Amino acid sequence: MTLLELKGVSKSFGTGSSKIDVLSDINLKVEDGEFLAIVGFSGSGKTTLINLINGLLFPDEGEVLLHGKPVTGPGPDRGVIFQNYSLLPWLSVYSNIKLAVDEVFPKLSKKEREQHIRKYIEMVNLTPAIDKKPLELSGGMRQRVSVARALAMNPEILLMDEPLSALDALTRGTLQEEIIKIWSVDKKTAVLITNDVDEGILMADRIVPLTPGPNATMGPEFKVGFERPRDVTEINQDPVYKRLRNDILEYLMDVGATRRQVSDRKYILPDIQPVMPGRIRFGRKRKEEQVKYF
Amino acid sequence: MKSKTIKTLRLLGLGFIEPLIRLIGGEEQQKNLRLFFKQALLPLISILLFILIWHGGARALYNSEASARIEKARVEQGEAAAKEMESCIASGDISCQPNTLPSPVQVYHAYIALWKDHLEISRKKEEFRDKVAETNEQRAEQGLSEITYTGRPSFLDQIGTSLKTVAAGFLLAMFIAVPIGIIIGLSDSLRTSFNWLIQIFKPVSPVVWLLLVFMVVKTMITDPSMDKSFIISFISVGLCAMWATLVNTSMGVSNVDKDYINVAKVLKLNIGQNIFKIILPASLPLIFTGLRITVSVAWMVLIAIELLAQSPGLGSFVWEEFQNGANDSNAKIIVAMFVIGIIGFLLDRIMLSVQSFMTFNKTTA
Ligand SMILES: Nc1ncnc2c1ncn2[C@@H]1O[C@H](COP(=O)(O)OP(=O)(O)OP(=O)(O)O)[C@@H](O)[C@H]1O
Ligand SMILES: [Mg+2]
Repeated sequence: MTLLELKGVSKSFGTGSSKIDVLSDINLKVEDGEFLAIVGFSGSGKTTLINLINGLLFPDEGEVLLHGKPVTGPGPDRGVIFQNYSLLPWLSVYSNIKLAVDEVFPKLSKKEREQHIRKYIEMVNLTPAIDKKPLELSGGMRQRVSVARALAMNPEILLMDEPLSALDALTRGTLQEEIIKIWSVDKKTAVLITNDVDEGILMADRIVPLTPGPNATMGPEFKVGFERPRDVTEINQDPVYKRLRNDILEYLMDVGATRRQVSDRKYILPDIQPVMPGRIRFGRKRKEEQVKYF
Repeated sequence: MKSKTIKTLRLLGLGFIEPLIRLIGGEEQQKNLRLFFKQALLPLISILLFILIWHGGARALYNSEASARIEKARVEQGEAAAKEMESCIASGDISCQPNTLPSPVQVYHAYIALWKDHLEISRKKEEFRDKVAETNEQRAEQGLSEITYTGRPSFLDQIGTSLKTVAAGFLLAMFIAVPIGIIIGLSDSLRTSFNWLIQIFKPVSPVVWLLLVFMVVKTMITDPSMDKSFIISFISVGLCAMWATLVNTSMGVSNVDKDYINVAKVLKLNIGQNIFKIILPASLPLIFTGLRITVSVAWMVLIAIELLAQSPGLGSFVWEEFQNGANDSNAKIIVAMFVIGIIGFLLDRIMLSVQSFMTFNKTTA
C-alpha cells in the first residue's frame, strides 16, 4: 500500500531574477513500512524535499499525498529529525524530549511518560547528560538528542534529514542499528536523507538519488535486497553489495559530471586518480574532509 | 568553593575582584597580579586623579569668585570695605563665602551632615512612635487610622521614596510593555499599524508625559487621601520608560528562530503553548535587554519628574537645596548627584545580572 506519494512536485524560492527552481517534477512513492533512502549532493534540495513531506513547505506544482490525501501542514505523525537539530536551547535534554512526548502522548500517566523519555535518552547514550542544555553538548550529542526526540514521538513516518552526519563512525554505527531496530519493531515507514551511500545500503530497502540542482529531480531507484537483520561485516564482503555501491556511486559521479558541464564555473581538479576509498560521503563538506571528488 | 565565589562575583558584576581572589589562591601569580593591576588599580588611580582635578578646579573657581567679591567691594565701597571683605572671606564666615562649585572636602562634610541629619530624624521618629504608641492602640481599637510622623524626611527617606517610585514605574512599564510587545510581535499587521504610534511617542520628553498624566490623573482621582503626586510621578516614569521594552519585546517575539517555530509546528502546539513554551523563552534575552534599558531610563527621568511634580524624592531634594541657597546647599546637591549616579549604576548592574542569567546564548549562564 502506498503511504506517501509525491506527484509532479516542483518547488522554487524567490521571484524574478533571483528565483531558484530547486525541485522540479519529483515523483516518488513510499510504501507502508518501507525504508527509503535519498542520496544527493549538497544544495540539491534534500532538505526542501523533506520539508515538503512534513508540511513545513508546500509545493508550487504537483501534490504531496499522505494516505492519498494532500498534506495540509505539519503534524507529529511525521516525526522529523532536522538537519540542524532544532533543539530548544533553554530546555535541558530531558525537557526537550518531554515537550514532544507530552504533546504526542497526553493520555499517558506522568510516570509512564518519564519512563518513556528516559528510555529514549538511554538509547542514545545520553543519560549522563540528561540535565544539560543543548549548548553544553557537542554537535554529535545534540544530534543524538534530536534523534531521541523524533523516535520518542513514535511517528507513523520518520523523516530523517542527515541525522547522523555529525557523528563519529562508532556512534553512527550504533545509532544506525538503533534506528533500524525501532523501525523494524512495528514496521514504521522511514525516509532517510543521507550523504553516505554505505549508510543507505545498510539501512534502506530502496535508494533513490536526487540529481544535482537547480531543477533537481529523482534519479533511477536502486533496490537493496539484503536480508534483515543486516550485518555490516557480512554485507561488506558480499559481491552484490560492492556492485550496488559502485552502481550508485557511478551514477552520482555521472550526474555530478553533467552538472560540471552545465554550469559555467570552472573547477580546478586535483591531479590525482581516486582510489576507491572505503566510504565516500556526498554532500556536506566537512572541514577535515577538504578533498573534493566532484 | 573558589570557583563558586568567582562565579557569584561575575554574576554580580564584580568580576574585577576575580584576579585578586586567584592571586590569594596562589594561581598564576604574575598574570593575576597584572590583571588585578589593570582591572582594579587603574580605575582607583583614575578616581584619585578625578578628585585631584576636581579639587584644583574648585579651588580656582573659589579664588576667582573671592577676588571678584573683593574687587566689587573696592569699586563700590572703597578700599576699607575691600579689606573687610578679604578678612571676612579668610575667616570662613558664612555670610560672605563665595558661592561656587564645592570642593571634594566640602562635599564630604555635606555627606556627613546629611548622614547625621538622618540619624537625628530617625531618633525623632523613634521618640514620636513611643510617644503615640498608646494613643495609636486606642485609635486602632476605635477603628481610626494611626497617627504617623509628619516631620521633614531625611535624605535616606528621600532615596527610599525615589526607589519606590522608580520600582512602581518600572513594574507599570513592564506590565504594559511586555504583553503589548508580545501581541504586536505576533502579528505583522498589528506591528505595521502601531509602528507610527511607537515611533512618535518614543521620543516624547518626560516633561510632556508628566503634564499629560497630570491632566488625566487630576480629573480621575478625586479622593484626597490618595497620594496624587506619587501616582502622577510613577505613571509618568512608567510611560516614559516603557518604550524600550515594548520595542525589544516585539522585536524578540517577531524574530524567533525559524527552527524553534518549526519544532512548534511539527508538534502542533496550540497558541498558548506556543507562546509560553517557545516564543516567550526564545525572546526572553531581548525582553530583558529592553527591561534593562527601561530601568536606566526610568531612573534618569525620575529625578526630572520628581523635580517638576513636587513629589518627594531625590529630585525634589535637589530642587529644594538649590532654592534653599544655604551655605552647604551646593555640596549637598553634589552628594545627591553621586548618590543618583551610584544608585543608577547599581540598578543597571542588577539588571545586567538578571539579564545574563536569562540569556541562554552563553555557555556560562
Ligand atoms: N527558504 C529558502 N529561501 C530561498 N532559497 C532557499 C530556501 N531554502 C533553500 N533554498 C535554496 O534551495 C536550495 C536547496 O536547499 P536545501 O537546503 O534543500 O539543500 P540540501 O540538499 O538540503 O543541502 P545540504 O546537503 O547542504 O543540506 C539551495 O540552493 C538553497 O539556497
Ligand atoms: Mg539539507
